[in-house]
Amino acid sequence: MILKHHQREVSVAIAITVLTGILAIAAPGYFARANLSDLFLANIPVMVVALGMTLVILTGQIDISVGSIFAICGVAAGVLAKTGLPVPAAALAGCIVGAGLGAINGALVAYVRIPSIVVTLAAMVALRDALRWQTQGGWVQDLPSDFQWFGLTQTAYPFVTFFVVVVLVFAFSWVLRNAGMGRMVYATGSNAEGARLAGIDTSLVTLSVFVITGTLTGFAAVLNSVRFNQIPSNTGLGLEMKVIAAVIVGGAAIAGGVGTIAGTVLGVILLSVIGPALTFLGVSAYWERAIQGGIILAAIIIDAARVRSEKHAGSRA
Amino acid sequence: MSKPNTLLLEAKSISKAFAGVQALKSASFDLIEGEVHALVGENGAGKSTLIKIMTGAVNADSGTFFVSGRAVPHNDPGIARALGIAAIYQQPALFPHLTVAENIALALETGSGWRKVTWKRRYQRAAELLGRIGASIDPERLVSSLSMPEQQLVEIAKAIGAEARILIMDEPTASLTDREVETLFSVIGLLRSRGVGIIYISHRLEEISAIADRITVLRDGETIGTKRKGEVDRQQLIRMIVGRELAAVFPKRKVTFGNIVLELRNVGNHARGLHDISLSVRSGEILGLSGLVGAGRTELAETIFGLTPADSGEVMLRGVPVRVSSPADAIQSGIGYLPEDRRQHGVILNMPVSANTSLAALKAVSRTGLIDAVEERHLAERYVTQLSIKTPSVYADLETLSGGNQQKVALARWLTVNPSVLILDEPTQGVDVGSKSEIHSIMIDLAERGVAIIMISSELPEILGMSDRIAVMYEGSIVRVLSREEATQQNILSLALGHK
Repeated sequence: MILKHHQREVSVAIAITVLTGILAIAAPGYFARANLSDLFLANIPVMVVALGMTLVILTGQIDISVGSIFAICGVAAGVLAKTGLPVPAAALAGCIVGAGLGAINGALVAYVRIPSIVVTLAAMVALRDALRWQTQGGWVQDLPSDFQWFGLTQTAYPFVTFFVVVVLVFAFSWVLRNAGMGRMVYATGSNAEGARLAGIDTSLVTLSVFVITGTLTGFAAVLNSVRFNQIPSNTGLGLEMKVIAAVIVGGAAIAGGVGTIAGTVLGVILLSVIGPALTFLGVSAYWERAIQGGIILAAIIIDAARVRSEKHAGSRA
Repeated sequence: MSKPNTLLLEAKSISKAFAGVQALKSASFDLIEGEVHALVGENGAGKSTLIKIMTGAVNADSGTFFVSGRAVPHNDPGIARALGIAAIYQQPALFPHLTVAENIALALETGSGWRKVTWKRRYQRAAELLGRIGASIDPERLVSSLSMPEQQLVEIAKAIGAEARILIMDEPTASLTDREVETLFSVIGLLRSRGVGIIYISHRLEEISAIADRITVLRDGETIGTKRKGEVDRQQLIRMIVGRELAAVFPKRKVTFGNIVLELRNVGNHARGLHDISLSVRSGEILGLSGLVGAGRTELAETIFGLTPADSGEVMLRGVPVRVSSPADAIQSGIGYLPEDRRQHGVILNMPVSANTSLAALKAVSRTGLIDAVEERHLAERYVTQLSIKTPSVYADLETLSGGNQQKVALARWLTVNPSVLILDEPTQGVDVGSKSEIHSIMIDLAERGVAIIMISSELPEILGMSDRIAVMYEGSIVRVLSREEATQQNILSLALGHK
């Protein structure tokens, strides 16, 4: 039962174990604390945004505008912090901007009924170029001193964010599994019309997952921007692809209704450890993307093979 | 029937097992030129497997399959087609975004992918084939714009074009109105007179006695018997199908009515073509809603349920005017709706029995927004027992259950919210005879508990057998409400056809 329903999580976990096992033998330096800390900090945005993306994909939608939203939210938080706004308020503002942009996406998908790929493709391009035009490509610099590391020390920050991310992961996983809201997300993604006829407000569910994703993207942008003393306006390029890849590798079905937070977390870990692992193993880092692509393809092929064998076994009169 | 009685097809002692389940046990079947041979049995009796063996979708484990006297040791869809076997399923398998002519051509034209298409000939051929079965459908129309019966006619035209001598029809009338069934039957008559053998599968026994020359009953994978038309009556046939005596065909009992629960006063819904509908249902009453497909029965149900809210008139629940503008509102007010299309709308196939049962009553099994898994399991188990739903466990995904059991789960979902009004849209469509009578019993139980039931059905015997009153719809309004005593097949039909 566990194996049947959590096959993907198990196989991704095995892949991670094998990979880290090889690293432990071939390149023990990989596990140096500084490297792990860097690895973690660099992948926080992917992890946080992937939580929201899991919900979006579970409802059968997609959001490819998260990279652009990420850039806008980071810049917005930085600019506001420079105006003298207290750092927590600026951080909150970053999240609110994300929520607002997510709400626009969500409303267009849920109520105007435009396919999410179209809406968020338009948003991705429009938001990115709006930001470029507004900032003239410039970076946000001269940030107030308490903006960096949220005023924490550089060693304390990773621990604090680790704690926050862990809490977020468990909260999302728990709510998705145990709360009525989670059930509504799965039902909407499995069969939207069927869910609507069972009295579920599927439009509201769809709007909500986009708002949640926007908010998380804003939060991720804030967590990321405090790591540096300037905020580039072209940040977050390609974030959407890494996030979507992690969710899919984690076992979520692109058609909706199937997937778990645990799978997504494992997907993020697998895709995150690979990049630097290559450097440590003496392989050119240019292979990273190709290998990520290969993993995604493998995940999809395994899925297709499994669906086919299940169909075969289940084709009774 | 033609005189020589040439044997078109013969299946001898066919056995087939899937993953350890014996679907067919030495079943036999044959088909003579120019006859309609009905194949009946409960869901899971092995009809689909037998059909799959004939169409080459699967091969038998043992037994022999003959076509025109020649044994076919290995069958596949290509061979079956070459042998003149064609099948038409309940849901036509056409390409919706292509035209009628293209759909027909795809099945019939051969040649390389680079051949030049002669559009004029393509259209002519489609028109000619459609003409042969007396169908007036423009070959240039897109299939997505065709009605269900029109799509079936296109399927039949395809089969004729492929020179099919053996035509398998699987539940062809499931989504047709009585008038459309007549058209289909006249096409079947035409094919029969040309010597085509037709294997006809249906759950509707009235239809079978009307159209079939012979009837073969399958039960648990075995051939129970083959009877000529007129050799068996309805009761005997049911006994053969279920292997036991059904208490009564319709287990209707007298229920004392309570107050009026739901009342519609001049309700209209312009967008859905409904106008001036006045109707009332009492507690404990079963109101049958009859009419042709397209008369507005489902539209009325969806209006009451708030899917497409009414734009004029008044809806009263227990004498109080209410506004139902979404399904959530309707459920809140105690209205449940079992939709017509079970697989698409009634249940969520890749969710387990438990989650399907609790979906409309998430609040009832939740505490402060969190689902109580134990409570949910108890709820599901209670209904599994109460409705005798056959499932290995409440955690089995719904797609693994048979159609009748899926429908019972869909029904259970509405019982969890304790509705005061329950709208059932074709509750027994595509459900086997055994489950059908169980669903009817559940309906009576609900009525006895004071639920007001509105039942939409295209099956006149079901309407007549189950309803206390019958409202007949025609072109978006209710033409008349008949009492159980005054209703007959004839007067319902003539009202449904617009004769007052």
